[in-house]
Amino acid sequence: MANTMQFDLVSPEKRLASLEATQVQIPAAEGDMTAMPDHAPVITTLRPGLVKVTGADGSETSFAVTGGFVEINAEATSVLAEHAAAGDADSRAALEGFLEDARKRATEAEGDHKDVVEKFVADLEQLLEDMV
Amino acid sequence: MPSLKDLKNRIDSVKSTRKITKAMQMVAAAKLRRAQDAAENARPYAERMEAVMSGLAASVGDSDNAPRLIAGTGSDQVQMLVVMTSERGLCGGFNSSIVKAARLKIQELQAAGKTVKIITIGKKGREQLKRDYANLFVAHIDMSDVKKVGYDDAAGIAQSLMDRFADGEFDVCTIFFNRFVSVISQEPTVKQIIPAVFDAPDAEAEASAAAPYDYEPSEEGVLADLLPRSISTQIFTAFLENAASEEGARMTAMDNATRNAGEMIEKLTIEFNRSRQAAITNELIEIISGAEAL
Repeated sequence: MANTMQFDLVSPEKRLASLEATQVQIPAAEGDMTAMPDHAPVITTLRPGLVKVTGADGSETSFAVTGGFVEINAEATSVLAEHAAAGDADSRAALEGFLEDARKRATEAEGDHKDVVEKFVADLEQLLEDMV
Repeated sequence: MPSLKDLKNRIDSVKSTRKITKAMQMVAAAKLRRAQDAAENARPYAERMEAVMSGLAASVGDSDNAPRLIAGTGSDQVQMLVVMTSERGLCGGFNSSIVKAARLKIQELQAAGKTVKIITIGKKGREQLKRDYANLFVAHIDMSDVKKVGYDDAAGIAQSLMDRFADGEFDVCTIFFNRFVSVISQEPTVKQIIPAVFDAPDAEAEASAAAPYDYEPSEEGVLADLLPRSISTQIFTAFLENAASEEGARMTAMDNATRNAGEMIEKLTIEFNRSRQAAITNELIEIISGAEAL
């Protein structure tokens, strides 16, 4: 059994990370999940949250992501995020910008869509709290 | 015969033109490199997205409850054409080739009795199409304030297109842009984005994907979530290709202009020297014949 797998994090604008990882914690739409090597193949959507990657050397890095999906198979985990940033102080400003936007949309949205956007806002707020 | 002063002025003016075109060429070269990098960086995302979507579309797309963005409205009567051009000129045939492709399509559709609607992105395409098809315009998206097109801009455009689709404004949406082949070659490309078409995964790829994926929450759920993103991604890719093509076309055009200016300067300089020589000869003749008369 392989001990590591390939981890990729890409956003539409660039590739943020590509490394060997032993485990990746993912904020999937239906709850957090952790992918390890030899995971069964799964494709799932993301909610805003932190992706935590444990590298082959045991170092842990985290990335803030909003939206997108993740593709997991035995050899690789690929996160395709609509917005992604390294989970540190620099990215906070960007994320707060998203939150601002989302809040504005939440007030404008109606019906089913409103629930979706409100959940998005709540997820983002949670994400910002986690990052502190 | 222009006077010596006129010639001198013309040479100076062509020289300053050459300086400008040379500078523009160098700026375009630098921007081209940046645009190519951006296109390169965006590729992994677009490719993965495409692969996942075609897999999903193949399994869900045929069923009756497929989303309308894939299944379409069952009609192709109202056609929306999104023509993407540049905001600035001086880039050779870049805008004309897109407009030409769009014109062809419009004529073809109108001949088939379809209703055509046009959305233009970029000032140059609007100027060219307005002459003949002003009555078909439904919107213009102004990108002149946007320095570097980001994913969010593309997502915004995609969202407004999907809203229009949801409101039943059109049945089929096609985008026009230039695909970047090389610095000297850009290919006008026509791509249908709504209803979404995906290349069927080829047999080889299907065989290599030995383990079929589980989808969470469900195939339909994932598809519904990803479709809008996929359309945004396609528009974003088109923007990036267009940006690279524009700078490539501008670079080639400016290179030609610089060379032409150089040739012109040579010709004018020869003419200038000849006239100067002629003037000197004339003066000499006058002096000699004056001396002889004495």
